[in-house]
Amino acid sequence: MDADVLKGGFADAPIEAAHAFRAAMTAIARPGKIETLKGAVPPAPMSVAAGTLVLTLCDPDTPVFLAGEWDCQPVRDWIAFHVGAPIVSAAEAMFAIGDWAGLAPHTQFAIGTPEYPDRSATLIVECDALKADGAVLRGPGIKDTASMGLPEVDAFQMNAMLFPLGLDFFFTSGDQVSALPRTTKVEAA
Amino acid sequence: MYVAVKGGERAIDNAHAWLAEERRGDLDVAELSIAQIREQLSLAVNRVMAEGSLYDPDLAALAIKQSRGDMIEAIFLIRAYRTTLPRFGATAPVDTEAMACDRRISATFKDAPGGQVLGPTFDYTHRLLDFALAAEGDIPEAPQSEPRTEVTPHITEFLNQEGLIQTEVSSDDVPGDLTREPLELPSSRPLRLQALTRGDEGFVLSMAYSTQRGYGRNHAFVGELRIGKVAVEMDIPELGFAIEVGEIELTECETVNQFQGSKTEPPQFTRGYGLVFGQSERKSISMALVDRALRWQELGEDNMGAPAQDEEFVLYHSDNIQATGFLEHIKLPHYVDFQSELELIRKLRREAMENINPVQEAAE
Amino acid sequence: MSDYNFAYLDEQTKRMIRRAILKGLAIPGYQVPFASREMPMPYGWGTGGVQVSAATLTPDDTFKVIDQGADDTTNAVSIRKFFEKTAGVATTEETSAASVIQTRHRIPEDELREDQILVYQVPIPEPLRFLEPSEVETRKMHSLEEYGLMHVKLYEDIAKHGAIATSYAYPVKVEGRYVMDPSPIPKFDNPKMEMAGIQLFGAGREQRIYALPPYCQVVSLDFDDFPFEASKADHACDMCGATDSYLDEVIMDDAGNRMFVCSDTDYCASRRKAGHVGAQGTPFEEDAA
Repeated sequence: MDADVLKGGFADAPIEAAHAFRAAMTAIARPGKIETLKGAVPPAPMSVAAGTLVLTLCDPDTPVFLAGEWDCQPVRDWIAFHVGAPIVSAAEAMFAIGDWAGLAPHTQFAIGTPEYPDRSATLIVECDALKADGAVLRGPGIKDTASMGLPEVDAFQMNAMLFPLGLDFFFTSGDQVSALPRTTKVEAA
Repeated sequence: MYVAVKGGERAIDNAHAWLAEERRGDLDVAELSIAQIREQLSLAVNRVMAEGSLYDPDLAALAIKQSRGDMIEAIFLIRAYRTTLPRFGATAPVDTEAMACDRRISATFKDAPGGQVLGPTFDYTHRLLDFALAAEGDIPEAPQSEPRTEVTPHITEFLNQEGLIQTEVSSDDVPGDLTREPLELPSSRPLRLQALTRGDEGFVLSMAYSTQRGYGRNHAFVGELRIGKVAVEMDIPELGFAIEVGEIELTECETVNQFQGSKTEPPQFTRGYGLVFGQSERKSISMALVDRALRWQELGEDNMGAPAQDEEFVLYHSDNIQATGFLEHIKLPHYVDFQSELELIRKLRREAMENINPVQEAAE
Repeated sequence: MSDYNFAYLDEQTKRMIRRAILKGLAIPGYQVPFASREMPMPYGWGTGGVQVSAATLTPDDTFKVIDQGADDTTNAVSIRKFFEKTAGVATTEETSAASVIQTRHRIPEDELREDQILVYQVPIPEPLRFLEPSEVETRKMHSLEEYGLMHVKLYEDIAKHGAIATSYAYPVKVEGRYVMDPSPIPKFDNPKMEMAGIQLFGAGREQRIYALPPYCQVVSLDFDDFPFEASKADHACDMCGATDSYLDEVIMDDAGNRMFVCSDTDYCASRRKAGHVGAQGTPFEEDAA
């Protein structure tokens, strides 16, 4: 095992995880709002924000799917050491991490069941940058409208139509995070 | 002039101080030690360990002392403490066949390999108050014999060899964990057994008793009851093999139940199973009866609508910590809700009176 | 208590609760099952709220706890002390100064801001439970959006009493999908649930967490000809003169004389501080009461 794998965890887990969770919760409760999320220093290509989400939310009880370049030995080792989450196929994952293209097709993930719509995957989508302008968002958590840059619009419109089933998304870049739950209705700007 | 009641904090502190004094009682009487409770009230300690889901006689004894002997309060203390403990992993299944039995009886055979061992039982004591105990004297030593070293085979296995009892299929599946996953229905037998073994002894007893009186009757005999110590082993991944991490006392009960056969199963005996921490005989027999009653579906029996057959009813109401908390919470202030009810009832009465008797309404 | 982790719960338990909260916010009004832990206070006394608060608090928070709208009720005092000890958070009785507010049975009168979180203690999270005792059945009803039973119950009330005879824990429909129990708040508080803050609901014994994101649509169930009405005692507060607050009725003497006072103690105190005086009140003095 590479010694670097041992690095990049939380220095003070209870406190850093508490702050990170509040940022993640604010993001999902207010779609489009960009929050700062830091504490973890994961190996490339994973961002600080994505790594911090993983440390905050994942553990041996949460199967994780790694997409594209994110499915590499350093990331696998880092997750194994710091959170112990099993790495699984897309269909079995509670959390999936990768860029938008690597996560496709987005229909491969669990969307929950009518009786348990919470048993759906949360996708952590790594982005080059998070932009506050772009698609127009409406729905719970948004006073009138909000806006955010999205890799595409169709997939999120389709996802919203599945409600109460569907996927929930975090977008990460550097130490920034924003989110789009299944309830958000998306329109191209 | 109305002054809002303040000083909740002081009231709480004072109540706690008074409670501590009452717990200690008369200072002229010697204080109980944890060791005394552990050694001399061991069946109480066992119940606290079983329903607290934590095998630690000293902590259970401490909880009994702290709770002034209120068993449910003691179980609660242990449960709340248990929550804070880190979880290192799961042990290998214990091998009860290898149990060093202090007691082992069967009601279905006069004798069997391993013999009938009465052990330290109340069964044939005459329930006469023993005033000699009040004198706190020494006790005569019990006779000793050589401990049995061979394994003691399970009685039900003899029936199994003949194919007369339903075979329990062994499985390497990892069972669910009631303490770490929310209960989902329909449940599974491992989860039901977990709920029963930590369920309230009184509740499980009453449920079992109700099956004997016809509410889901399943004709149980105690095939075998054994009490003794078993080794607890744990796989250590770094070592690559299992090591013994300790020893616990268990009570195991297997019932043999009559079964006429059903649409899916031939006539054969069936089983109920009870396994409880410590010497907890009444609880383990009760557990086995309720376990058997809950198996009606898998055995293709009819649902008689009996409470003990209703998995949801049994699982949601067996836990005394949940039950006592919710029951006692009605002591908390509810005046906001009560106020809204007051207004509603006044309004409904006013309207009803107007309809029934306008004169009376005017007088009010 | 220094032997325990920050905010009492271990990190794995907090992660499990945090995941449930996020799914709850993503599916407003849906009850997310979670493996509730035994807490050092009894089930039914706020263990769900306490677990949600424990998973939500950071050391930078200012925490307020109310029970029946009051900060000084014994169980509110007990829960506040628990978090002072285990999380070392600052506490306050001022609604506007709090970042996280745990409540039993009330929503504060002051409108909550975007940066505030309201955590409810919930005894029975299932709004259909007293119409259908089986969890298997009610879960099916939610999945099929089959809420006829609830409408029948409300309609029977009207047929029998000429009004909907539910005065607290009045059911709501969230975003046109899930029927939700608002916890036993008086129906006076229902309209406040469309708010700027995040609302989290924790039911410990029943192992459920649910949530409302800000500005979420929350509609109290009613009929066109019997519209929902947020009612309160038809009085002003005798201490501070407020006419817009929920009131408690206090029996004053053996003759049964009563007065009405704000159930929200902070709201009443801050109004009195600002110089408002009710019919039986006296001008506010520091350290009075």
